[in-house]
Amino acid sequence: MTLQMPQPDRATLNRRDEITAELKRIAGEEAVIADEDGRRTFETDGLTAYRAMPLAVVLPDTTDMVAEVLRYCHREKIKVVARGAGTSLCGGALPLEDAVVVGVSRMNKVLEIDYDNRIARVESGITNLAISNAVSDEGFFYAPDPSSQLACTLAGNLAMNSGGAHCLKYGVTTNNVLGAKVVLMDGEILELGGPHLDAEGYDLLGLMIGSEGQFGIITEATVRILRAAEGARPMLLGFDSSEAAGACVSAIIATGIIPVAIEFMDRPAIEVCESFAKAGYPMDAEALLIVEVEGSEEEINDRLAQISCIAAAYNPTTIQVSSGASQSAKIWKGRKSAFGAIGRISDYYCMDGTIPLSRLPEVLRGISDICASHKLRVANIFHAGDGNLHPLILYDANDPSSAERAELAGAEILTLCVEVGGCLTGEHGVGIEKRDLMLKQFTETDLSLQMRIKSVFDPDWLLNPGKVFPLHLTVHSGTSNAA
Amino acid sequence: MSDILRAATAWELQSMLAPYVERKVPVEIIGSGSKSRIGRPMQTAATISTASMHGIWMYEPTELVMSAHSGTPLVQIEAALASNNQMLAFEPIDLGPTSGGPRGTLTIGSVFACNSSGSRRAATGAARDHLLGIEAVDGRGSMFRSGGRVMKNVTGYDLCRGVAGSWGTLAILTEVTFKVLPAPEKTATLVYHDLPDDIGVELMCAAMRLPYEVSGTVHLPKNVAGRLEHAALADAGHAITALRIENFEKSVDYRTQAMREALKVYGEPTIIGSMNSLEFWGELRRLSVMPYDPETCLWRVSTAPMMGPKVVASIRRHMPTEVMYDWSGGLIWIEVPASADAGASDIRRAVAVHGGHATLIRADQSVRSAVEVFQPQSPLAERMMGGLKAVFDPMRMLNPGRMYANI
Repeated sequence: MTLQMPQPDRATLNRRDEITAELKRIAGEEAVIADEDGRRTFETDGLTAYRAMPLAVVLPDTTDMVAEVLRYCHREKIKVVARGAGTSLCGGALPLEDAVVVGVSRMNKVLEIDYDNRIARVESGITNLAISNAVSDEGFFYAPDPSSQLACTLAGNLAMNSGGAHCLKYGVTTNNVLGAKVVLMDGEILELGGPHLDAEGYDLLGLMIGSEGQFGIITEATVRILRAAEGARPMLLGFDSSEAAGACVSAIIATGIIPVAIEFMDRPAIEVCESFAKAGYPMDAEALLIVEVEGSEEEINDRLAQISCIAAAYNPTTIQVSSGASQSAKIWKGRKSAFGAIGRISDYYCMDGTIPLSRLPEVLRGISDICASHKLRVANIFHAGDGNLHPLILYDANDPSSAERAELAGAEILTLCVEVGGCLTGEHGVGIEKRDLMLKQFTETDLSLQMRIKSVFDPDWLLNPGKVFPLHLTVHSGTSNAA
Repeated sequence: MSDILRAATAWELQSMLAPYVERKVPVEIIGSGSKSRIGRPMQTAATISTASMHGIWMYEPTELVMSAHSGTPLVQIEAALASNNQMLAFEPIDLGPTSGGPRGTLTIGSVFACNSSGSRRAATGAARDHLLGIEAVDGRGSMFRSGGRVMKNVTGYDLCRGVAGSWGTLAILTEVTFKVLPAPEKTATLVYHDLPDDIGVELMCAAMRLPYEVSGTVHLPKNVAGRLEHAALADAGHAITALRIENFEKSVDYRTQAMREALKVYGEPTIIGSMNSLEFWGELRRLSVMPYDPETCLWRVSTAPMMGPKVVASIRRHMPTEVMYDWSGGLIWIEVPASADAGASDIRRAVAVHGGHATLIRADQSVRSAVEVFQPQSPLAERMMGGLKAVFDPMRMLNPGRMYANI
């Protein structure tokens, strides 16, 4: 693969034994993974094409322990890569050979649930789904729902400001978090927000969320929990073109209906997901919409009928309302396991651009052309309501040329997303994957401002270096021109 | 007051700012100036207004997105949205009238710069949650952009959130792009009568625990309810607790009845229909029940909803208050008698005990010089804020001291 990481610092590598011993003294033997096999588990994340063996891995179980580890690393100028469950698709949690990985996965407790004030205070290593599970008995849920929610941690969601299929109605991570306890690189603990709404002073919490583990390590968070609707039901709408599907989405929104989710799949995605989930997706459609609405039984029926009427104007090949809870579960299983299902038939490279909905047909044509020119196949999954597009480029990881072509095609696709008024990443983050494309979307002045903000929180650039910004722009990222 | 320089374009704004930057002479940044009396008094040589940079330049109703120059009047934005049955879901609040400024003049830039949200905030998010993209000029006079026009965007750090609510102390917004939502087909309000504060707040929290998407909850104790312009509610002569339901007509009817049933231990509500509801919630958007009065000071306290009455009870031990609860109890507007410190030490102590933050919205200039207007920060947060100020505005050119003495 083609992306370069900063050269590791030899002196730090040579101190590995000493550093490991000190980490064990601080965090205890059982919290430090130093052996090669153990460290190998952490050498990559969801972007598996890139690997690097970390210097050591620490899995603290308290905020104070995280603080002490960071204080030590700060004093010794050792880089740190924070890690949740390691599901990042952009290399956000990719280790560096000269960095200590600090994982929060052991910090996974629910600390407080307060239904009256509609908040939950949790440790950040808790999985996304575990938050909803902890409050579901009272009919509540935590709204952001990335597809990896069974495995991914809140910490990773906070770092990347994750979204999900239902954020058209409920917003993304930053809209659902009220407070956080953050350990800064120098070991100081910054408490932000709480069970109340809105920041006092500057919105440091808003800046922290989505900072890709480069400002601090969040160990606790206060999240909003919402009362779930009385019920929810999806329907399937098949079309013989993506134009028709896109126009139908616009028409639904134009009538004032905001479905809780509107998901789009193209034919290759439908085929793979249907063979995996047996959800009843129409196999004759070029484009499929999964539209979900919420409310009482009668409200759901009314709303779905209204949507069916709207869809009728776009010559749907299928209009099918979910027959019940079991089919609804299968419909969502098919969608949420799309990445896994495609992974069963091929290696794939998952893109994450966002585009204005009105440009969907031309962008899909462009993606098709780009992939064809690189002799690659592609399947498209799209959060149509909010414009977040996931082209999955199929390639052969055992063929270096195929992998390289996939990366090139990916870069061209994301450039196209920016050109039509969208952005490089809607919910996965920049990580290493989109790092070198940042100048497609931002000017050097814009990026320089962002990098100066990074320096406020982490003046020595020790936290998750080599990510987010093109290496040639960073003076602190561990490259040869490091301070 | 110094002369007001009115920039018509972002480029002109940069040109106007440049000589001040060169001489390191700070400037006051305003939109229409409706909130000029809020914040710590400043020493500035000039005032630059964004109000002449106006116009909506992009509106895609089916993509739920609009872009406008920052000086565009909010009324113009809301009129354009209304013509497509859409709205700003966070229903921005107008602090002009209550702080002694004009009514209805606020600009869209100031709405985001001050993160001004109304009653729907508790259900659908604050102004900052709807901001998608910005173009702005920093304190060096450099233009920068962040975010974009799409709803989901995690490309680079989230400077939209960073700049929202910074009251013009980090950057001058020149363009804002924001999310809009369909306006509801019908609105109904369930009004409960004569409940004490703690029961009113309990009712509001109970309502928010129901699956009916309650989009507004306020509790007005007797004296404050009596100030309503809405004659029928003002004349009730007792406290009112109002719960708002918005949706398609059939849903509103169904949910209103379901709520009434679920909350019947709190009494029989009066149900008011769309027209009256719009009037009632509309006047709350300009804080009609907390009118400008030089004999009183006004505080805005954000706390956990169930803590609202406790915060108020703590403060009442030290001074008389008139209050209004919004956000199911989590936002309290507190009117106290004018005094040398506007009750700051007692109010901040109550907030310290129960959690949250307090901002002094209305007080004489001398009082606003003497006490912290915005919630004091922990030393570490203060250091981070100082660091951000130094990044955006190293020479402290923009609204210096408006939020905090050293910011």
